[in-house]
Amino acid sequence: MGGLSTAAPGGRLYLHRGRGSLATDAVIFAGALAALYALFGVGRVWLAPFHASAGISRSPWMLPLYATYSLGRMGAAYLASLLFALVYAYTAARNRVAERLLIPLLDILQSIPVLSFLPGVMLAMVALFPGRQIGLELGSILLIFTGQVWNLAFSFYASLKGLPQELVEASKTYRFGSWQRFYQLELPYGAIGLVWNSLMSVAGGWFFLMACEMFQLGNRDFRLPGLGSYLQTAANHGDTPSILWGLAAMIAVILMLDQLLWRPLIAWAERFKFEQVESGNAPQSLVLARLGRSTLLAWLLRKAIAPAWEALSLRMARREAERGPGGPGGPWRALAMRGVGVAVLVIILFGTMRAGRSLMELTSADLVALLRGAEATLGRVMLALAIGTAWTIPVGVAIGSRPRLAALAQPLAQIAASVPATALFPIVLLVLIRLGGGMGIAAIVLMLLGTQWYLLFNVIAGAQAIPTDLKEAASVYRLTGWDRWRLLILPGIFPYLVTGLVTAAGGAWNASIIAEYFHFQGRVMSTTGLGATISHATDSGNFQLLLASTIVMALVVVGVNRLLWKRMYRLAQTRFQLA
Amino acid sequence: MSHAEPIIEARGVEQFYMQQDGHRTQVLDPTNIAIEPGKIVALLGASGGGKSTLLRILSGLVRPAAGEVLWHGKPVAGENRPNVAIVFQSFALFPWLSVIENVEAPLKARGVSAFDRRKRALRILDTVGLDGFEKAYPKELSGGMKQRVGFARGLVVEPEVLFMDEPFSALDVLTSETLRGELLELWTSRKIPTNAIFMVTHNIEEAVELADRILVLAHRPAHIHDDFEVGMAHPRDKKSARFVELVDHVYKVLTLPDEKHVLPSARVEREQHAPLPHARPGGIAGLVEILGDRGGSDDLYHLADELVMELDDLLPIVEAATMLGFLEVTEGDAKLSAAGKMYAEAGIDQRKQMFREAALERVPRLRHIQSALRSKADHTLPAEFFRDILDERFDEKEAEQQFQTALDWGRYAEIFEFDPATDRLTLHEATLTGGV
Repeated sequence: MGGLSTAAPGGRLYLHRGRGSLATDAVIFAGALAALYALFGVGRVWLAPFHASAGISRSPWMLPLYATYSLGRMGAAYLASLLFALVYAYTAARNRVAERLLIPLLDILQSIPVLSFLPGVMLAMVALFPGRQIGLELGSILLIFTGQVWNLAFSFYASLKGLPQELVEASKTYRFGSWQRFYQLELPYGAIGLVWNSLMSVAGGWFFLMACEMFQLGNRDFRLPGLGSYLQTAANHGDTPSILWGLAAMIAVILMLDQLLWRPLIAWAERFKFEQVESGNAPQSLVLARLGRSTLLAWLLRKAIAPAWEALSLRMARREAERGPGGPGGPWRALAMRGVGVAVLVIILFGTMRAGRSLMELTSADLVALLRGAEATLGRVMLALAIGTAWTIPVGVAIGSRPRLAALAQPLAQIAASVPATALFPIVLLVLIRLGGGMGIAAIVLMLLGTQWYLLFNVIAGAQAIPTDLKEAASVYRLTGWDRWRLLILPGIFPYLVTGLVTAAGGAWNASIIAEYFHFQGRVMSTTGLGATISHATDSGNFQLLLASTIVMALVVVGVNRLLWKRMYRLAQTRFQLA
Repeated sequence: MSHAEPIIEARGVEQFYMQQDGHRTQVLDPTNIAIEPGKIVALLGASGGGKSTLLRILSGLVRPAAGEVLWHGKPVAGENRPNVAIVFQSFALFPWLSVIENVEAPLKARGVSAFDRRKRALRILDTVGLDGFEKAYPKELSGGMKQRVGFARGLVVEPEVLFMDEPFSALDVLTSETLRGELLELWTSRKIPTNAIFMVTHNIEEAVELADRILVLAHRPAHIHDDFEVGMAHPRDKKSARFVELVDHVYKVLTLPDEKHVLPSARVEREQHAPLPHARPGGIAGLVEILGDRGGSDDLYHLADELVMELDDLLPIVEAATMLGFLEVTEGDAKLSAAGKMYAEAGIDQRKQMFREAALERVPRLRHIQSALRSKADHTLPAEFFRDILDERFDEKEAEQQFQTALDWGRYAEIFEFDPATDRLTLHEATLTGGV
């Protein structure tokens, strides 16, 4: 009895007494100390006075520090995103009125390219906290948050909506209070989705973080010390050794996160799989197994965490039991909700009026330029997607059809995919300038770098998912060459390809804001495009143009979303679904 | 036994949905039920017939659209909460909790301390025969063991009424027989900490074996058709004459045509919207063939037994064949009509033709679809059109199933064609030229 021990293999924390590993305990202790030190150190930097031009060192010895800063920002942003997502999803799932507003809103907010907010958010935060570094830091955290929160919220919302009916009925019959229901039913059921989406969100978050760290506005330097600004500074000076060190550090950080955080988390989340039978090959993690053998953790769990948790849940349960099943909340609550709703509407109306008035100041020449820019960027996005599709389909199908090749290629591809394209951009520019290419090509290259991995992974998954019996039928009927592609492979991977395309398109639009207008080696390199317009408007402080161009980009993205991607999704679901 | 005060009493409980056009879809007709202590009550009826709805209303899980439920004579509200438990068909165990954590969960919800929880949970696990499996996870258990956990969880709170929603239908025959026997033993030896049991089932034999009182639910809308005491002592011999007689009686009650009880004026409306029984043309042909093989008639109970079919699976096919005029059911016996006999001996093409004629003549829904398609110049309509009509009369899930069944029959009978890519129905060429 006591503790959480079970004989089952796989993802469960396998704690036992006695033969604990001293080494593991020492590592955990040291890790806790280091984290504490890092926390204090970061806090000290944040509250320091604001430097107008941050001196970013190119010395490789600064890399561990810079990596810690970057990680710190990511961590804070992720925690904030998770909490917000849980609250948002809960509200939408429980309240029908809220649902009708919050879910379409989520859809739109998810489509708007996050980086179009970058200038606005940074300026606002600097204005809020004049003279202190914390303004910039909060700005970058807020921006990353904006990129991460929506798919976490949607994942949890979807799992709340998909709760198995009988489990819900069981929890109602047995009088679970809302707290018990949350931690024994809703959170576990949504855990696997949250873990995978967290992985994706954080991966995407690196992209935005790098962009934030490199941010310069006109002659104001808003850069933050971190991996992104390190790489940019190194590239600016053409310092190849530093570039290599920076890349190495980046890859090291990502590998570390993968092994020490994501793999154990995924293995642990296996216990929340809602299936009736044990699956044969559950993901394993060495780190999780080691953690399981730590006596320190077991002791902490037994003496401190478990009793505290027990006391908390008992108190909540007793409180809910006394109160009885929750009533509708009384007339005050309804009034308050209505008041909040009216206030929100008034604010929205006011904001729209102000925005409309300032937009009137734009000339028709501006509008024409905007539309031309939109056309150019749209063309680039489509071209990048086309190139990406063109190479990922043959390669992806080849990898997906050969399991041994897949086992080799997938880890490599994952590492390549994790390196944020924005961090590589200064290097790309450097190379292209030496080779004599222009900004237009550079923009497409950046878009490709950022998005082709989504396509590749999805195509691989699609190729792996083609049922064996269809493949056998194809070979029995001697389908070869083009016929095989046309009748079997392309339709088979179509749904997966569409999923990849939608994500890739979103990433490409985001990339355009950086890629089309960039401060490099003291000068500004740009090309015609909507992303360039946004960045240029920020640089020159033309807020009307900034607002207008952001709105145009949002409209184009949402428009393409509705007209193209949703249609393809429907096609994928009706005609090409294999289930 | 004296008539003690009922633990739960339902007065005039109804369930219905209001559609957008103000029309009402009645799921459950006004019903009165009293659950008395010391008895096992079984609610019997075919699937989808509203049994589960009634169970959920009685146990307080769902509020009835009309009527009231009384717990010990007082309305269910606020502090007066029913002390009941439910054992579910698919066990409803939390996969991420161990057996003992699953059983302790209701106690945790009631604020019982950890020490007491553990003691009570271990005791009840011992009673249901799961001693030693406390730390196991549901994934590692067989179906029978999972349901034992379900029972343990239900009994650990010492409910006054134990509700069971088709508790054995997800288990294989041998396991469910074992569990039934053990349940009965616990009940008769008073080792079970509950005062009454209310079970819902579609297995007639199970009901007659376990229950002291049987309620038979006829469907659409659901209403209690029959309510009788079993009056046999436990243990009951399944081969005894009385047992067989009781089972036969229930079959008769269930297959009695209910059109008899409907007033003529209401009948017209009902016909238009008579729901299709969910059976496939292949199944109907099979049943007719089997009966033809046996000289044209057989006892339904006997048939079900031989084919090892549950009531759920057999009744819809019987209803469908009756609707098409191939079959007549009287007193629990199925007899082929003249048309049915011809159908049994016909070849594939002739069968299609006969099915088509019967369908168009006797199934208003298909007639309606055909005339709607005919009324258009291009003889085609989107499926949404028909789905919408069905949505008005049935709830979402049932409407979709009705549509699928109508599609099955219509396509087989070559009345119309359906193109999933465009989601449209088109009148079959033959009907354009020939002419039913």
